[in-house]
Amino acid sequence: MDFCKRQFTAALIAVLGLIAVAYVGVKAHLQPLFGVVIPYLALLLFFEGIIYRVIKWARSPVPFRIPTTASQHQSHPWIKRNLGEKLDNPSTFPYTVGRMALEILAFRSLFRNLRSELIETPQRPEGAKLVYWSYKWLWLGAIAFHYAFLTVVLRHLRFFTDPVPQVINKLAEVDGFVQFFVPTVYLSGVVLVVALLYLLGRRLTNPYLRYISLASDYFPLFLILGIGTTGILMRYVYRVDITKVKELALGLATLNPVIPEGIGTLFYIHLFLVCVLLAYFPFSKLLHAPGVFLSPTRNLTSNSRMVMHINPWNYPVKFHTYMDQENEYREAMYEAGIPVEIEPETAEETEPETTETEGEE
Amino acid sequence: MATLPKPEELARSIQYRVPDRGWMEVKPEFRPGTFLNAASPKWLEMVSYPFPREWSVPDEDWQLPDNWKEIILEGMEDRLNRFRTLKLFFDICVRCGACSDKCHFFLGTGDPKNMPVLRAELLRSIYKRYFTRIGKALGDLVGARDLDESVIKEWFYYLHQCTECRRCSLFCPYGIDMAELTILGRELLSSIGLNVEWIMASVGSCYTRGSHIGATPHAYKDMIDFFAEECERVTGILPNVTYNRKGAEILFIAPSGDYFADPGTYTYMGYLLLFEYIGLDYTISTYAAEGGNFGYFISHEMGKRLNIKMYEEAKRLGVKWILGGECGHMWRVCNQYMTTWNGPADFLEEPVSPITGTKFENAKAHKMVHITEFTADLIRHGKLRLDPRRNAHIKLTFHDSCNPARAMGLFEEPRYIIKHVLPEGNFVEMPPNTIREKTFCCGSGSGVNADEFLEIRMRGGFPRANAVRYVHEKYGVNHLGCICAIDRAVFPPLLQYWVPEVDVTGIHELVGNALVFDEEIERTTDLRDRDLVGFGEEEGGEDEE
Repeated sequence: MDFCKRQFTAALIAVLGLIAVAYVGVKAHLQPLFGVVIPYLALLLFFEGIIYRVIKWARSPVPFRIPTTASQHQSHPWIKRNLGEKLDNPSTFPYTVGRMALEILAFRSLFRNLRSELIETPQRPEGAKLVYWSYKWLWLGAIAFHYAFLTVVLRHLRFFTDPVPQVINKLAEVDGFVQFFVPTVYLSGVVLVVALLYLLGRRLTNPYLRYISLASDYFPLFLILGIGTTGILMRYVYRVDITKVKELALGLATLNPVIPEGIGTLFYIHLFLVCVLLAYFPFSKLLHAPGVFLSPTRNLTSNSRMVMHINPWNYPVKFHTYMDQENEYREAMYEAGIPVEIEPETAEETEPETTETEGEE
Repeated sequence: MATLPKPEELARSIQYRVPDRGWMEVKPEFRPGTFLNAASPKWLEMVSYPFPREWSVPDEDWQLPDNWKEIILEGMEDRLNRFRTLKLFFDICVRCGACSDKCHFFLGTGDPKNMPVLRAELLRSIYKRYFTRIGKALGDLVGARDLDESVIKEWFYYLHQCTECRRCSLFCPYGIDMAELTILGRELLSSIGLNVEWIMASVGSCYTRGSHIGATPHAYKDMIDFFAEECERVTGILPNVTYNRKGAEILFIAPSGDYFADPGTYTYMGYLLLFEYIGLDYTISTYAAEGGNFGYFISHEMGKRLNIKMYEEAKRLGVKWILGGECGHMWRVCNQYMTTWNGPADFLEEPVSPITGTKFENAKAHKMVHITEFTADLIRHGKLRLDPRRNAHIKLTFHDSCNPARAMGLFEEPRYIIKHVLPEGNFVEMPPNTIREKTFCCGSGSGVNADEFLEIRMRGGFPRANAVRYVHEKYGVNHLGCICAIDRAVFPPLLQYWVPEVDVTGIHELVGNALVFDEEIERTTDLRDRDLVGFGEEEGGEDEE
């Protein structure tokens, strides 16, 4: 099978396999395993894995101040910069925080996205021209997916809290404001699945994206699609007993796990896929979520000429000194009228100096 | 040398199509015109670089050291521990593809491995395989693959089809910077003796003699003296130039490209005329004779070994601060690396313009000022008498060089100067998606401007040339302005190929044209001996504006 198909199929089979595992598990009455042990293990892996990874990143040094500057730098006071420019090339810490906030909350860089196309142009001697246009679809898909996912996660807190905080109820209310179906349809769930299908669709239809896509790119897409689909099915089609689900969830949250009888298999599949997502997170590209906070091209203030940036492992290097140059060319420099440290006659009397010198730090 | 296809053939050959086989199985073909020559051993010996030997890129056997694999893996581990960027950028890419069509080499070749995401994957796959458990377990399903010689060859090929321009990093939602990966990847290649002749020759010459072009101190002086004489011939004003003068207020450092060949030389004449006009107390050095830094194109360490000359010489001469010429990667290095490498520059003073009294607050620790910051300040304070009509024959568009754009943010200063030295209406911008922070590389940055690489350079420069073609056709633009010496060296052949009607100029050449001296002779030509438009016939054509 060719490379691209193999990547796609492997991820699909993996997720279908996981669903089968959960299904068989529940049929074999392993509810305690799938309802208690695995969720705890997954949470442990999730938090431990992320903390381990973030510490590992954070402990590795940032030797150079290399922000990508996306607008005019701070220069003469009469070169005015608007707020957007100050955020795109921040010269002080507060603006750097602002840049990061925009990056994390609004996907600033992705918002810049362009598309290019090579168009046949017979009137040009080379017969072709490149054109570019603003292309916000990827930004829209990404932002829709991430905010929908966040809303869904927050909404789920009502299973883990008793009494449910007002904020969560309010959120659920807003999420379900379009009432066209009973029970109330939460928009976030719909948006989540639609955005996921878009993200998957572009990977499959754009030949270049298909070419670079790995099983590790498809896998989280299928996994979250599976989670979303099972969630939606549970709510609107094959209803499960919500009170019993809440009993289990509360038990987990209060470290007093119980396995209520009679929760449907669909729920355990849903829960298992969530667990896999949590456990997989720290080993995968999903690490982009904590990683973006630490990205040196974004989170560094652009003030390298105002404040000296320290490289913790800076070391002295061997270099060619001025005297090395003069010793080699003294005669010629002198003749050309270039000032020298030691005049040629004096130099002849003394031994030539060493050629290479260790730099001092 | 390889024959270069005609522009229309080359444009037609750009097919945005992917190969049938997966990228791990497809290997680059070293076709003349698409690879850089191997470095000869003498340059490596000059700077004590490892494994100097005679080898050739098209050869099957690259004569790698026996333990090359160990060296690469240990080198990678070492860099993972020293650079957060490397570790982070390996871990967090989601392959969203936002960067893919942002790279000029991708746009000009259509080769999927020139999408920054996949170019990075060439390195990432080795990291995955040898430094992550999931990569060891799942192999190519998570993008991991074994390290063999073909991987090294692939790195050599594609890491020299990245000019470290950072355009991809602008669009990446996580700020992943291909330039950083290219720099570290090239360091790894150097560690097993794989270097490029063009870069290593420049590095060796710069290290031992003072500049990339390898001019000896006295030859260097001859060149600059010649420019001063040329200034006198055209303007009647002979700029006074001093070399290695102790006690000068300012040390001026320009890239060697500006004294090596046209049209950079005219920019150098512009510098000299400007300094003479304002009576600047400055000197230039035969030791810190190079603004550019090809060392940075092979390793951080070599970059530091060349860059250190600037502060060392400023200290020896006892100047107050340093003024830097128009150069792209020079300013990437000076802005983002110099003080970290070789600072603190506490032996210098906070830069103050001796003419206007302006404090350059934004350079207070670094003590080096970009010449466009300096000149824009002079113009702002009305210190220069300029006659823009002397540039009336020039219809200009401005190319933002990658490094001052995306590693500094120097956009307004050069434009401010341009607007004051050109007649109104003679300056037009290229389309907004191709300028400022979104600017396209010239296609020959980061040390790949060698002759044997012409085909790839013409491809990489296609997006830029294409935008120049647009303003040429629409507005009759006949000059491309820039503040980079590599631009001035590589745009002439690039534009000759794609848009032959457009010439290349530095910004201070335009300043030199426009400056009105009290004692000058009648100016009938510009610094290039081209006739001025509307001058010469009637007397008194040089009234104040």
